[in-house]
Amino acid sequence: MTTPRKLRIATVSLAGCFGCHMSLLDIDEHLLELLGQVELDRSPFTDIKLPGPCDIGLVEGGVCNAENVEVLRAFRQSCKLLVAVGACAINGGLPAQRNMIPLTEILEEVYHTSPGLAHGLIPNDPELPLPLDKVYPLHEIVRIDYSIPGCPPSAHNLWQALSDLLAGRPPELDQHWIRYD
Amino acid sequence: MSDSFTLDGRAIPCAPGQSILQAASAAGVFIPHLCFHPEFRPQGSCKLCTVRASGRLGSACTLPATPGLSVESDTAELNARRRVLLQLLFVEGNHFCPACEKSGDCLLQATAYALKILTPEFVQFYPHRAVDASHPDILLDMNRCILCGLCVEASHRADGKDVFALAGRGLHSHIVVNSASGRLGDSTLTATDRAAHICPVGAILPKRQGFHTPIGERKYDHKTVAEQEIAGESE
Repeated sequence: MTTPRKLRIATVSLAGCFGCHMSLLDIDEHLLELLGQVELDRSPFTDIKLPGPCDIGLVEGGVCNAENVEVLRAFRQSCKLLVAVGACAINGGLPAQRNMIPLTEILEEVYHTSPGLAHGLIPNDPELPLPLDKVYPLHEIVRIDYSIPGCPPSAHNLWQALSDLLAGRPPELDQHWIRYD
Repeated sequence: MSDSFTLDGRAIPCAPGQSILQAASAAGVFIPHLCFHPEFRPQGSCKLCTVRASGRLGSACTLPATPGLSVESDTAELNARRRVLLQLLFVEGNHFCPACEKSGDCLLQATAYALKILTPEFVQFYPHRAVDASHPDILLDMNRCILCGLCVEASHRADGKDVFALAGRGLHSHIVVNSASGRLGDSTLTATDRAAHICPVGAILPKRQGFHTPIGERKYDHKTVAEQEIAGESE
């Protein structure tokens, strides 16, 4: 009898606050169970820059700049299953509150005309990723297989979804547990 | 034996003048709905309560409960249609639940939970809509309006004021306020009006009460919309 291969998981926070990652840590003792079954590829817990071939990719946050697009596309290419985790990944969330204001107006106010900015300049370093015209939900950039809503999704829901995925089932949340906030 | 029709195979007693939705509610059977409110005239506009009655699709809130009718509601086909209607409502407005004071008490949100919607799937519109904070006691946030028309009905029928009306057509439909400036603060709406408390979503909200009820104690935190309805606690 052979030991089943550990599943490879990558996680990333794009235009998010890492709150969903914190909620993942909140699964407490299930973390040991999880680490018995998976190994981590790119994630805040490793120093891997780009994901290698993975079974599951968990993506927190929406897409607000060119770097987010690049990373998300790399995740889509590398991961068999891509999961949108949390409100921002699903509909842009808090960062998307800028979507109703033109980008130039925001940059002008934040870096130039705000009180206290005597000689403010809009940053223009080639190393800085360019902001997109608005913040996009993940599914408008790449195909998303599953979504786990919540701000953040509760540890219960994350563990429920992960245990389903690890068992090869589509994640199923009971309606009593579904939350968008 | 009183008159009855069947709903998903179950016999539902009905009386003359009752709609399918009213009869189902009275019998403890939940049919999802947004624009229906037991106190007001049904409008049949949100289409969420669409059922198949003896083969034909119609709004359960406006179809009369006719003895002998065979009605289907909780079917895969009808629930799939309901999910699409809800998902379209979510992307057409700006519904950001984590930052909304109505979260946990919202009929749109609770109904989406009941239909197990995990993502809106469609492309977000992110429309530019106004917030009117001119009234001292009531906030009007068009970003969250789902055009159910309940404020229009309540203001007309319960308050006798006609503070709200629906204007525009199709995608441009919107709520307008009856005052010379178009602002809520210049209308005759008062904090005790029925119209100030009828909104099923977070578009019309009493001020200074946001997040007053802690998470875990809100209306839909422990009971689903169906359980509330069956317990007769709806609205």
